[in-house]
Amino acid sequence: MIDVEEITKRYAETVAVDRLSFQVEKGEILGLLGPNGAGKTTTMRILTGYLAADSGKVTVAGLDLRDHSLEIRRLIGYLPENNPLYPDMGVMEYLLFIAAMRGLPKTGRRNRIDRVIELTGLEKMAHKNIGELSKGYCQRVGLAQAIVHDPEILILDEPTVGLDPNQIVEIRSLIQRFGADKTIILSSHILPEVAATCSRVIILNSGKLAGSGTPEEMSVRARGGNAVTFVLKGPVDAITEKLKSRGDIKKIEIKGDEGSGKTRFRVITDGSVDIREAVFMMAVENQWVLSELYRESLSLEEIFQHLTIEEAVV
Amino acid sequence: MKGALALCRREFNAYFDSPVAYVFTVAFLSVTFWFFFRGFFVGNQIQMREYFFFLPWVFLIFIPAVTMRLWAEEKKMGTVEVLLTLPVKEYELVLGKFLAGFLFVFVSVFFSFSLPLTLSFLGKLDWGPVIGGYLGTCLLGAAYLSIGLFLSNFTKNQIVAFILTILLSFTLFILGEDVILVNLPDFWVPFFSFLGLGKHFVSIQRGIIDSRDIVYYLSVTGFFLFLNVLFVTKRR
Repeated sequence: MIDVEEITKRYAETVAVDRLSFQVEKGEILGLLGPNGAGKTTTMRILTGYLAADSGKVTVAGLDLRDHSLEIRRLIGYLPENNPLYPDMGVMEYLLFIAAMRGLPKTGRRNRIDRVIELTGLEKMAHKNIGELSKGYCQRVGLAQAIVHDPEILILDEPTVGLDPNQIVEIRSLIQRFGADKTIILSSHILPEVAATCSRVIILNSGKLAGSGTPEEMSVRARGGNAVTFVLKGPVDAITEKLKSRGDIKKIEIKGDEGSGKTRFRVITDGSVDIREAVFMMAVENQWVLSELYRESLSLEEIFQHLTIEEAVV
Repeated sequence: MKGALALCRREFNAYFDSPVAYVFTVAFLSVTFWFFFRGFFVGNQIQMREYFFFLPWVFLIFIPAVTMRLWAEEKKMGTVEVLLTLPVKEYELVLGKFLAGFLFVFVSVFFSFSLPLTLSFLGKLDWGPVIGGYLGTCLLGAAYLSIGLFLSNFTKNQIVAFILTILLSFTLFILGEDVILVNLPDFWVPFFSFLGLGKHFVSIQRGIIDSRDIVYYLSVTGFFLFLNVLFVTKRR
């Protein structure tokens, strides 16, 4: 559906996007992940035709972006970074304006907007001014604006940034509900965020591709294994010995004394080995009381450090 | 063209969604009426020469106030990103914004039409110069508007757009003034006298509608609108 080949975009001094290539299949939800300034926004701006790439080629639905900007813009719904809206306009008025600008036929326009308002849960806000809405509702208006024309492709730049956890869940389910048969690209700098919605993830670092895969693959690859944390009550040396004797453990970190003989361990294992069961069995055998045991969700920073360091070594 | 009309409607309504429209209209009418009535009772004549004499100077301040927000505000709020990713051609965006500004100024000018109507009841009004004056007003207004709209592209700051527009409009306006012309080499005099926005207004407000003046104003307007389209296209 979307084919990006070697695009580069330079601002005065810095290279925002550096020979970036990736593909997005029809029906896929792709997450663009990366810290601030990694080039996520610039990439999205190029795809939506807001900016032109200095070099490289973008093909959307078989059309070259350079020659068919208008046709491609028709296929795309776009929620820009920070969700810019006109605070003085009413919600309904704004959506009617966008629908008119998008050339929706006048007869079906009203119906379509009622449908979009229902889909985004804006019924009660339809006649309020956008400036009076809470941030969560503003985000829904931004999303409604992006889907007014029922686009094939949806591009969302940090759709949940600045929202509270409940609103995040709502927006996420909204995206999934709408995106059942759509192609979606969304960006974020939080991994769990992307893991919850996306089928595939691309990691960007200073404008370059730093890795891609499913969210689970990304976590495993970044770690080179799994990380399991547990708290055991027992002699530290003996526990460490036992763990070492397994042979498939990469690293044992002793995270601290929790009092009354309990110690917190963090263990990183090879590949896709899951040692949670082994830890439990070990605790039972030796009568060491186990009071905590979990596999961690990794922060983007960790994945990121790992990927970038790996790249530097190569 | 649908895009241009949809944008025009939004921009026009935007003036009335905020206090801008009301403040503008009241201030514009107060200032122009004051210039009119200042001389009216002294001169005791049924004519509007004074009114149209001061109008270009009033426009010099008031039109930039109308155009300053058109792109600058959009840039500041970030909504320009939504606008430029809609499937609408650049020239339609420029045209839509220009038309909205023009219609808005037209409404304010329309209210001032109460003046000649009153005059025609008081005595015999020579409608020629009045019609010419209003036509010239619209043409001059369009030229100022296109300049202001163009300059509003260069900044996120509305005040900067406002001042820049005053500067450029003022420069173009005085180009044909005698003070400038006497200091120029003879060869340049007809050229500058033709370029000046003000010179063409003088003949129109006398009631002489010369196609050259009309073509001149339309060309200036078209030129700046064209630059604007070019600018919006290039910035991608």
